[in-house]
Amino acid sequence: SRLDLKISAMVMAAEPQFHVLAVDDSLFDRKLIERLLQKASCQVTTVDSGYKALEFLGLREGVEINDPDAVSTSPVIHQEVEVNLIITDYCMPGMTGYDLLKKVKESSAFKNIPVVIMSSENVPARISRCLEEGAEEFFLKPVRLADLNRLKPHMMKTKLKNQMLEEIEKPSKVESGTAAAVVEPEVKDLTEIGIKIVPLQSEVEPKQVHLQVVQQEDQTMSNNKRKSVEEGLSTDRSRPRFEGITTAV
Amino acid sequence: MDAHVAQLQMQYRNYILSLYQQGFLDDQFTELKSLQDDGTPDFVAEVLSLFFDDCVKLVGNMARALDQTGTVDFSQVGANVHQLKGSSSSVGAKRVKGLCINFKELCEAKNYEGCVRCLQQVDIEYKTLKAKLQDMFNLEKQIVQAGGIVPQVDIN
Repeated sequence: SRLDLKISAMVMAAEPQFHVLAVDDSLFDRKLIERLLQKASCQVTTVDSGYKALEFLGLREGVEINDPDAVSTSPVIHQEVEVNLIITDYCMPGMTGYDLLKKVKESSAFKNIPVVIMSSENVPARISRCLEEGAEEFFLKPVRLADLNRLKPHMMKTKLKNQMLEEIEKPSKVESGTAAAVVEPEVKDLTEIGIKIVPLQSEVEPKQVHLQVVQQEDQTMSNNKRKSVEEGLSTDRSRPRFEGITTAV
Repeated sequence: MDAHVAQLQMQYRNYILSLYQQGFLDDQFTELKSLQDDGTPDFVAEVLSLFFDDCVKLVGNMARALDQTGTVDFSQVGANVHQLKGSSSSVGAKRVKGLCINFKELCEAKNYEGCVRCLQQVDIEYKTLKAKLQDMFNLEKQIVQAGGIVPQVDIN
């Protein structure tokens, strides 16, 4: 797609460093995911529990440290810790990966960070539950480099969105003070690089590409590895991404 | 090229191929090797070391759980099998993983005799694999010491 081409061009030009937070209670699995992510050219931070993950993000005991008010649009408030993706094991003692996913998606500061769940068990009900809660992807272990490389467009979009949002929030050449007027001049730039304000449309595109890729892989791999619930990728997943733009000034 | 090095490299290639052909290793092991590079030359060795430490721990747990004079907690055994299945799968230890799949079923069926026998097999299997991989690493060391490069082995 045009968006992918633009993203590839930008990645090659700027070589942005994606920062991934990896969560797994097993040392063995942490070592693996860390190496995989490094090989995929990502900066990695590993933690051994959901609690530590939230602490790292700046969320402690459900209280958001840096969230000034409810209508804040910037997903990255805690500037020192920019996380472009969270990848977490599902089965963990105490706080499961699902619990962590929920906490992240419930937080206004971090809900835009894509979350990926990993599990060694192929349980369709578990997979659809996670996807419904807003997980970007669900990977069956052992996770492979090819899986992580598929995440790059997701991380790139988030990074771009963050940059766009920062741009939009800057006081700009506007006649009226309404949010619509502020957004309008920027919309042209966004559509030029293929990001549309309407979240659902743009979210669906990459998923369809992903499905095709998965199907090709299934033909070459003898074991069924990836998400078994392909149908579970419903298009009516409502994950407000740009919701904030229309309400904020 | 030194004939000695060439001979060692051929030995190494054949050895690796035999490990795959005999079902000790699968393509996940190939994936692990591909993650190792000049910057991380010990990655595979470190991962394998963690895996074998896990084996010792988990087999120990299972042996204790199955050694009860009273009732056996099969869910406890099952939980350990699950972990071992996960790590063996992640490392490409094909035979160990296969045994774990059987083991899981035996736990679910609460088949005591079956579990005890399976555990013995798991114990033998991981130790056999450990010895084989040690031989592989020794060959690598010999090649390097003889001034050669460890060849990439194409498993197809």
